Amino acid sequence: MSKDRSSKNTMENSGLSADEQLLFCNARPEPYKPYSIKAVEDFANWARANSLWILAFGTGCCSIELRPLMTARFDISRFGIAGRPTPRQSSVFIIGGYVSVKTLKRIIRSYEQMQGPKFIIALGSCPANGGMYFDSYNTINQFDLYLPVDMYVTGCMPRPEALLAAIMELKEDIKVGNCDGANRYVENLDWYKANQKKVIKNWDMPDYNW
Amino acid sequence: MIYASMSEWFGRVGNFGLTLLIVTVYGLLVGALIERIIAKVQGRVGIPYSQPFINIAKTFFKRTAVSHGIMFYLGPVFRIAGGIGTLAFIPVIYGSEMFSNFSMAGDLFLVIYFMFFGQLGMALGAGESGHPYSAIGIARGLSQMTAYEVPFALAVISIVIQYDTLSITEIVAAQQGGWQNWTVITNWVATLAAMLAFLGMTGYSPFDIFLAPQEIPIGPPTEFHSAYLSFLQINRALFGATKLVLFMNLFFGGATGWVELMIKTLLIYMVAIVVGVAFPRFRVDQGIRFFFKIPTLIGIMSIVYVQMVLA
Ligand code: SF4
Repeated sequence: MSKDRSSKNTMENSGLSADEQLLFCNARPEPYKPYSIKAVEDFANWARANSLWILAFGTGCCSIELRPLMTARFDISRFGIAGRPTPRQSSVFIIGGYVSVKTLKRIIRSYEQMQGPKFIIALGSCPANGGMYFDSYNTINQFDLYLPVDMYVTGCMPRPEALLAAIMELKEDIKVGNCDGANRYVENLDWYKANQKKVIKNWDMPDYNW
Repeated sequence: MIYASMSEWFGRVGNFGLTLLIVTVYGLLVGALIERIIAKVQGRVGIPYSQPFINIAKTFFKRTAVSHGIMFYLGPVFRIAGGIGTLAFIPVIYGSEMFSNFSMAGDLFLVIYFMFFGQLGMALGAGESGHPYSAIGIARGLSQMTAYEVPFALAVISIVIQYDTLSITEIVAAQQGGWQNWTVITNWVATLAAMLAFLGMTGYSPFDIFLAPQEIPIGPPTEFHSAYLSFLQINRALFGATKLVLFMNLFFGGATGWVELMIKTLLIYMVAIVVGVAFPRFRVDQGIRFFFKIPTLIGIMSIVYVQMVLA
């Protein structure tokens, strides 16, 4: 990405010192359009739906539910789903449970580094409404104020079958081209950023992590 | 090589393109098959056979990509050039004009050079990405490569002395006429050294420390995504299959048809898989020490063996 500082289409990066600002890209992300040929877009959506790579990043206790899916009983690899250790290559982010403010910062960094189209599944009651941590001083209550969520799975904690069902539904949604969370995020970036900065007090990273 | 006409040259390039396609598709299918076998060992069903193809389409159709500089673009290009270059000089089917590619006198040298080339290109590309885990992965990968190249090079020198030629086609020709003529029988010492080096080359455990998904998020390709990654995925299949074909040619008598090729390469691959599912991972220093000890000794012995016994 360019480090063009003159153009208007840049982020402020005011959380960084003047020296640090030179180290990071400050371009503003743009929404992407679907391919103009419908058949190509359909094929791409089919491929995206059938090859979901999950970012291996568990945020709370719900993420323990991912492990049974990988092993012999449920074996999600037969649906084309695999874990991926790096955000650059993964396309699904499963928010596994409560999100503390500290973790939220890392989630934002990882999410922004993922390449679109990218999808978020919010697992458990905690990301939906705070769950049993609703009055905690250091967890956020409603996750979709901070990042766009494509699919919710409620329960405390949900069974692996519930997560599997959610993934299957996500696949159907992707196939028809409904999951555009990444675009929603970019289009309403200022709103999301304002919400994020309201809870993250020590904002010492670029405004958008390329 | 001198070509009679332009059209003959184009014909050969076309044939090579066909070989490239078959070998790549075969490599992807074998990859899926191996995944399924490993899954069966673990009591799972495993991925569908189409999964590697869908994965490549998926990464290719990603909508966004970021760059880290020119070398970052060139890394995957060098890598796939290394894969294609290696295959280009290996005769795939013995006795078939169509599938002998650009094999010529001295192609063995060229092939070994190309096998290095892709790795080094990838190292430069991954280095430019600036990710610390990439750098760690590269350091581990290159040091392991240096270590396993020693027994492999010794084994190759041994069979070069044995057959007195640097042409892969002639090496295959010398092994025709039944299994008793294969290098694995006539020069089993060199084959043993090369097969130990092969374990390091395939990157399965115990020698998969440089990819280590859990510790250094898959090492060198950590930062590669979108279309860059699809190139790497294609190359992984192509290069893997090419190495199998090379080993088959050098040590297991080559192949006179595609079916023979597929059976032989699959069996060679199974050596790495069986060792892989049975043994845990070596640390990088253990891996290097391993190659410098017994496999290197066997490699030296293989040269002595050809000089003393076969001469
Ligand atoms: S929903 Fe329940 S199990 Fe899940 S993170 Fe919250 S408290 Fe833990």
